Amino acid sequence: MSFHWAKAYEPKNSFMRWLDERLPLPRLVYGAIGGGYPVPRNLNYFWNFGVLAGIFLTIQIITGIVLAMHFYATTDGAFNSVNQLIMRDVNAGWLLRYAHMNGASFFFLVTYIHIFRGLYYGSYKAPRELVWMLGLVIYLLMMATGFMGYVLPWGQMSYWGAQVITGFFSAFPLVGEPIRVWLLGGYAPDQAALTRFFSLHYLLPFVIAGVVILHIWALHIPGSGNPTGVDVKSERDTLPFHPFYTAKDGWFAAAMLLAYALVTYFAPDYLGHPDNYIQANPLATPAHIVPEWYFWPFYAILRSFTVDFILPAKLWGVLAMFASILLLFFLPWLDKSPVRSGSYRPVFKRFFWLLVLDVLILGYIGGAPINWWRVALGQAASAYYFIHFLVILPLVSAFEIPLPLPSSISESVLHGETKEAAPLGQNKPRRGSTATAG
Amino acid sequence: MLRFILGFIGALFAAVLLISFFSNLATYFQNPPAPLAADEFHREHKEVHFASDGPFGKFDKAQLQRGFQVYAEVCSACHSLKMVSFRELKALGYNDAEIKKIASDWKTQVPSINPDTGEPATRKALPSDTFPAPFANETAARAANNNALPPDLSLITKAREGGAAYVYSLLTGYRNADTYRDEKGRALPADAKPPQGLHFNPYFANLNLAMPPPLVSDGQVTYADGTKPTIDQMAKDVSAFLAWTAEPNLESRHAAGLAVAIFLLIACILGYLAYQQIWYEAKRAVRVTGALEPENQAKSRRAKAKQGVAG
Repeated sequence: MSFHWAKAYEPKNSFMRWLDERLPLPRLVYGAIGGGYPVPRNLNYFWNFGVLAGIFLTIQIITGIVLAMHFYATTDGAFNSVNQLIMRDVNAGWLLRYAHMNGASFFFLVTYIHIFRGLYYGSYKAPRELVWMLGLVIYLLMMATGFMGYVLPWGQMSYWGAQVITGFFSAFPLVGEPIRVWLLGGYAPDQAALTRFFSLHYLLPFVIAGVVILHIWALHIPGSGNPTGVDVKSERDTLPFHPFYTAKDGWFAAAMLLAYALVTYFAPDYLGHPDNYIQANPLATPAHIVPEWYFWPFYAILRSFTVDFILPAKLWGVLAMFASILLLFFLPWLDKSPVRSGSYRPVFKRFFWLLVLDVLILGYIGGAPINWWRVALGQAASAYYFIHFLVILPLVSAFEIPLPLPSSISESVLHGETKEAAPLGQNKPRRGSTATAG
Repeated sequence: MLRFILGFIGALFAAVLLISFFSNLATYFQNPPAPLAADEFHREHKEVHFASDGPFGKFDKAQLQRGFQVYAEVCSACHSLKMVSFRELKALGYNDAEIKKIASDWKTQVPSINPDTGEPATRKALPSDTFPAPFANETAARAANNNALPPDLSLITKAREGGAAYVYSLLTGYRNADTYRDEKGRALPADAKPPQGLHFNPYFANLNLAMPPPLVSDGQVTYADGTKPTIDQMAKDVSAFLAWTAEPNLESRHAAGLAVAIFLLIACILGYLAYQQIWYEAKRAVRVTGALEPENQAKSRRAKAKQGVAG
């Protein structure tokens, strides 16, 4: 697909030939994730997380479809259908629900690692800008899906989370409140909101799956990036996806699923909030309303604006929170450095790790109860977030002197050697081979 | 141009954040917030171990039966258990006949209709029924409890930070507000003392709760298995029972988790070995050619010695 040495699909038996001539589906799969997709040979384990995200999306869709068979989308029935019917009476219902709850967390976890991989290795740069932007669209859809899914059990955090998040829209003058009422189908979250959230929560994962296909399609035009950021130059730089990367993804997926299983089976409520085991009560506000952990950094940015400076503080918070994600769409044009990989950019690399620390701090602040020093720390961290992307990154890319790049991927893998002794698969010890020189 | 506009937006957000930052600090240092008694005197739950804790935890059935007895004789006067069915008591070790009897003897009956007249009526509970609530509705519950609503206990250990240990701490945590001293020896300030009808308990989030101490004397229930019914024992038993009501599938979850973890561990090891096997030549093609690297020289010498190739 991407390189001229990519192997073409050859049907192994007459049935596959028959099928391939009429509907070239086997050809498509072979070219996308089979031996027909050449991948740089020097990928490290950070390149495994895209496949992992796909695995968790699949797990979410499968567990979600079965859970939906037992869920009552009514304000009276939702809490009981989850906590009584599914958790007690449905066969292995507890497993489905815990797998779905924690599957969402792991989906976000691997996606965050995937995104930070892209930030460090410059995966957003030409010619992969659209891959990056489609990825951000997936991420936005994930956030909407995750939020609406959290509302469905109709616990206290579900209800008050819905109240707070839809309340963002009322920060906008004039149009805000009508938009909020329109989205909720009422003045507060109620039956109308619950049913439409359920409907959309069922729909959006399939939209995500569609955008994932576009994401992979766009990726396969230039082919995968790699840790050096150097373009693929020859066949020596690549290995076929199958069996090399299917094997690498395979064992690593088992390792990640093991971590997922340990949380799901032994600490299923660790990432949740106790208040969501109390049925929604519009008359009792929880002491601390917090979203799920994957929204904490954005929640911290939202809460950091405490002063009405020209605009009301709430509007500043909402604008900044949306801006903090939308600015990522402009990354290909903010970072103009021709060098992709952070490994060859000494100044960029330092700021990158500062950003990682900054986002971790924001995450902590967003999840913790507020007090004076947490608010102050959150404000400083939020300010750095914007300065990092919108000021520091363009300046660094303009003034930084990058380290010398390897001239090709195989050179970087060969540790300074100029050529390989033998083509792949022919490397048997021979009399008088180069190694005997020593 | 785009970068200037975006840079300006970034600087604007940062500037507003800095204004917020300084005004926040100024407010804090000019008017430091007064410490709240609820924060100062609130205590974390006690450390207490239950058989169901930990990755290999299993319920102690004798303890669950004792805890169920405490619920039936004490807690159920005010607290419902509306998600739990009588039939589920089988997990505590009761047989079908015992469960039938527990259900039909339950002090509250199940709302029903008179089959002849259609008038509202009640009937004895069946094993398939959930535990009937002590009050018909929220209004009745509040009217009988000084306007406080006793929460349903089905999920209580999952709905509170600390779980069963919190329930145990709360049940054994009532103190006299007048003579109470915290670990630093401080007495409770006058404005934090419980108003009329509330009861002081440092394990409760705002220190004063409506529930009067439910377990007041040793021997409040008489255990069938001869265990000495101290307040501490009863509190522990009923907490263990409520851990079961909140998570009745805990044992099968732990057992399945162990099997799945072992399966995935083996899959992971086999997968890793397969990966090494598949990549062997691809990696070797790279390594052997690094001819002058001492590491690779040693490797090829070893390989040759092993295969008896001269070199």
